[in-house]
Amino acid sequence: MKVTKETIEHVANLARLNLSEKEKERLTTDMENIISYVDKLNQLDTKGVKSTEHVIPIKNVFREDEVKPSFSRDKILSNAPEVEDGCFKVPKIVE
Amino acid sequence: MEYEIVIGLEVHSELSTKSKIFCSCTTEFGGEVNTHTCPICTGMPGVLPVLNKKVVEYAVKAGLASNCKIAEYSKQDRKNYFYPDLPKAYQISQYDLPLCYEGYIDIEVDDVQKRIGITRIHIEEDAGKLMHDEWETGSLVDYNRGGVPLIEIVSEPDLRSAQEVKAYLENLKAILEYINVSDCKMQEGSLRADVNLSVRPKGQKEFGTRTEMKNLNSFKAIIRAIEGESARQIEVIKSGGVIVQETRRWDDNKGVSYAMRSKEEAHDYRYFPDPDLMPIVVDEKWKEEIKNSLPELPEARKKRYISEFSLPHYDASILTSSKVLADFFEEAVAKSKNAKAVSNWIMGDLLRILKEKEMEIEEIPFPADYLAKLIELIEKGIISGTIAKKVFVQMFDERKDPGVIVKEKGLEVISDESAISGIILKVLENNPKSIEDYKNGKEKAFGFLVGQVMRETKGKADPKIINKLLKTELDK
Ligand SMILES: [Zn+2]
Repeated sequence: MKVTKETIEHVANLARLNLSEKEKERLTTDMENIISYVDKLNQLDTKGVKSTEHVIPIKNVFREDEVKPSFSRDKILSNAPEVEDGCFKVPKIVE
Repeated sequence: MEYEIVIGLEVHSELSTKSKIFCSCTTEFGGEVNTHTCPICTGMPGVLPVLNKKVVEYAVKAGLASNCKIAEYSKQDRKNYFYPDLPKAYQISQYDLPLCYEGYIDIEVDDVQKRIGITRIHIEEDAGKLMHDEWETGSLVDYNRGGVPLIEIVSEPDLRSAQEVKAYLENLKAILEYINVSDCKMQEGSLRADVNLSVRPKGQKEFGTRTEMKNLNSFKAIIRAIEGESARQIEVIKSGGVIVQETRRWDDNKGVSYAMRSKEEAHDYRYFPDPDLMPIVVDEKWKEEIKNSLPELPEARKKRYISEFSLPHYDASILTSSKVLADFFEEAVAKSKNAKAVSNWIMGDLLRILKEKEMEIEEIPFPADYLAKLIELIEKGIISGTIAKKVFVQMFDERKDPGVIVKEKGLEVISDESAISGIILKVLENNPKSIEDYKNGKEKAFGFLVGQVMRETKGKADPKIINKLLKTELDK
């Protein structure tokens, strides 16, 4: 499969990665190789084979609807790079 | 050329479970910021989400109540996108195997019945709340709402007007309230809608290009957004332009929609099955159990009101449009046995006063019992219908038992003939002209004199007795 520079730019944008022109070039070849490697799987005839969403046959893992104490806010915020007014502070989001 | 509007809705409704969808934090609204959080709902690495069983139950309930099929096998998927209100950078949702599918809700607009298809209902987690501040250097995130369970109810593009959308939303809200899975408080964001809208020349089969407006959180905003966006699209087409498929933000204050930057909004969510969450299997037995727990739904209740209480169709649909109102009605009927009178008071005075005071049905200030008592006071002839209307207003404003109001203000009907006789004589003395008119055959004069007696008694005299005594007096 042919991977274009546009594809790389699209994927990079989705992953919020800033790539240099050189990196884009390298990744184009890399991704092409990866995809053709995995493409081999397409040669298998999977007609009638159910899709495998999960590898272990377990279903209906539930908890009851019970409230338990939350964590202390200080603890929750302790790893945040920046904190303000009891909130996680993130770079300004503009719509 | 005439244009037709085509609308499909995605309604998000927060479920009223006690705890969140994947952790045991409370779902309570309005706590101090970030105090209803834990490592699971803040997306810390290495944690394991476990699905709240009630969420499945509630979603299946909503599905059954909207005539959906229930998936025997269903799974949860990760919807990937970056936004700081989503701490994991993905939302756990359902992609190709939703819990409920292929249902419908019937609506009625201008006496025309219409069936609106429900494509699917799936479960997912709510996001946190971002606070933007114009003057600050950053945005602040509160994850209290993050992980609160939601159902998303996706309709077919079957809706053709703002009125149809309103009727659909009202029915949907009523159903969710009846089955008690969501409190549907729009001001708290527990019911929100995304509107997909396109226009096409009337008669054309193919759909036009649609735009999406996200997160509208009041019926009024939804209606205005539909009117504004459809007008915009028709304008674009008329002036030879083309509609771009995009997400637009509706600014309800300005009454216009804006295109959002399309790159940010690229719908490329790269869904994949969440490996941490096992499939959901709803077998016949479980489905039946949930089915049996469903209460009487609005549509059925409406039909019952028409057959059991012989209420007009219109009255029955208004009364059943809200569970709170329908319950209020039935409680009053249980006490008073006069369904017609109860319905008339609710449809007339009660709804009018609520509207005047811009109050919600949930805010009716007196118990249903009081309305039954008021009706009883009229039926027993203790107060007149005119006085009852005044007592009703007082009952509403002061939350007082109508019997107490009548006693305190001395509003009982005067049926003592000698007392009324005295007043009649006084009125006749003051109005010799009217007596003459009456004797000359002017029927109007009689009505005038009755009115005067009523005025003297402040409306408390029994009109039947006035009529009888006045006639005897005049014909003497
Ligand atoms: Zn939590």
